Amino acid sequence: MQAIRSVIENFRASEMFHNYRRNASAVAGSGILAFFLFVVVFGPSLVAQNPYDIASLDLLDSYKPPAWMAGGDPRYLLGTDGQGRDILAGIIYGCRISLFIGLSGMFCSSVLGTLLGLLAGYYGGRLDSIIMRIADIQLSFPSMLIALFLMSAFKTGIDKILIALTAVGWVIYARTVRGSTLSEKQKEYVQAAVVAGLPNRKIILRHVLPNVLTPLIVVATIQVGSFILIEASLSFLGVGVPVTKPSLGLLIKNGFDVLFSGLWWTSVFPGAFIMLLVFGINLFGDFLRDELNPRLK
Amino acid sequence: MARPLLAVQGLKTHFHTFAGVIKAVDGVDFALGQGEIIGVVGESGGGKSVLGFSIIGLIDPPGRLEAGEIWFDGRRLDNLGEEQLRKIRGKDITMIFQDPMTSLNPLYTIQDQMEEVMKLHDNLNASQRRQRCIQLLKEVGIPEPESRLKNYPHQFSGGMRQRVIIAIALTLHPKLVIADEPTTALDVTIQAQILKMMRGLVKDHQTSLMLITHDLAVVAEMADTIIVMYCGRIVERGRNSDIIRGSRHPYTRGLLASIPKMTGHQRRLQQIPGMVPDVRSLPPGCSFAPRCEFSQDRCRAEAPRLIGVDAEHDVACHFPRER
Repeated sequence: MQAIRSVIENFRASEMFHNYRRNASAVAGSGILAFFLFVVVFGPSLVAQNPYDIASLDLLDSYKPPAWMAGGDPRYLLGTDGQGRDILAGIIYGCRISLFIGLSGMFCSSVLGTLLGLLAGYYGGRLDSIIMRIADIQLSFPSMLIALFLMSAFKTGIDKILIALTAVGWVIYARTVRGSTLSEKQKEYVQAAVVAGLPNRKIILRHVLPNVLTPLIVVATIQVGSFILIEASLSFLGVGVPVTKPSLGLLIKNGFDVLFSGLWWTSVFPGAFIMLLVFGINLFGDFLRDELNPRLK
Repeated sequence: MARPLLAVQGLKTHFHTFAGVIKAVDGVDFALGQGEIIGVVGESGGGKSVLGFSIIGLIDPPGRLEAGEIWFDGRRLDNLGEEQLRKIRGKDITMIFQDPMTSLNPLYTIQDQMEEVMKLHDNLNASQRRQRCIQLLKEVGIPEPESRLKNYPHQFSGGMRQRVIIAIALTLHPKLVIADEPTTALDVTIQAQILKMMRGLVKDHQTSLMLITHDLAVVAEMADTIIVMYCGRIVERGRNSDIIRGSRHPYTRGLLASIPKMTGHQRRLQQIPGMVPDVRSLPPGCSFAPRCEFSQDRCRAEAPRLIGVDAEHDVACHFPRER
């Protein structure tokens, strides 16, 4: 208990917290993220309908406008879509999927990319050339194109999206980590570890890895946002999540078909949530970038 | 001298770069007995550090050991595999680097870093390891070692860090310590303290020390024997007093003359004219000939070999100076 209190004390006295409190966009960004955290954790227990349970949908409730408009139903605050799905419930469940995909995609690609970057930077030579040339080739295509190509080969599914996102996302980690590894490797503590007789595996994991992590925090944060957008685009194009479990992107697509019939709420609300979510992530990511980059200080 | 702890014979370490072959170490012989301190002196680029790295087997491509043998404690090191070398490094041979600011990993406490070698090469339990750390820190003169164990490198000054690094190097009572410019990055006052402490420790533990430095004054204080290197070769080799008081090679004399004297009449400091030549295109004869005020035609044509001028005193010069 005492330990936890002193950690909190230390954090409150830190320069980072000091800067955070004076940075309006950082506060706003983390506020938005806190809101979404609340939504994905407690949201499902706040809405009556489970949009993934087809039995709970009633086609008679289809295309109800938001509750405050004429013909609106107080049970459906933001209206319903063509299957009688509550838009609000859809958004809440969709946020869970979008965030899950964004975070676990970031996790998978950071692990893979960091590992490859460490190997390339530490061992150098042919291994380095092979890994980095693959990365270069991949960087010359837009990541959306690669993801789209992979998804049209895989068919839909959350696991397949994760594979596609990992395949496009590892490159930036590999390049960042390789660069820092090269410079860390020159430092004498790495040489000292070699001289001490430590095996390469231990030197990489114990000495190099912890010293190259900081820039990755920033990359990873921003990447969650861009992965959420890629997933939304894939789903919008019909190659992302399965139709029975709509993410935010698929909800927009469902509404897009009827947008010009004046049923705007089916598309606009999920769209606004995606925008808000990515906006919050990027605001917070910018703050982290400024804080963790010594060159900007 | 009985069988030396370390014997280097005809060692050549060359770097094959796109711009040509760099002969960083080109035919070096020397021996080091147990508990002895050998000083390796010379200007930057003389091949001193490469010599040290060659002994411990840390020459990365494009560098390569071209020829020669390295014998350590009855084993030949230069053709050992990486796995076997790893067992020797950190246990029997350790190394101390120049810059105490980057020689410690900033993310771990010094206890973590000191215990790392013990965990690797020794079977001690946690409390034994802790005791050993405390004892080592005491030996290298760090006050209140118990409370310093949990500190991180940034909480130490440069001199204190170098003491910690020396403690790490001595953790497992190695037979040989290679110190590559151990005090160059430190204040002069701290330098003297650290050197004195190192000499005491090395003599107490009967550890051999190979002290690589460009500072003849340091070597004069510390070493039992001295080798002077120039462009990858030994130009003079002998006991401390032979080199410091009775040097025969013009290069060694030049280095000695460039040390300020604290006593007597002060005159302008002498310097060695010119610069170390490009090691990719060394002159055909003696490498030092272009800078040597005594050079003659023979010096520019024929490279001198190391010849004995006295017991245990060898000079590579066609026209060695008189004492």
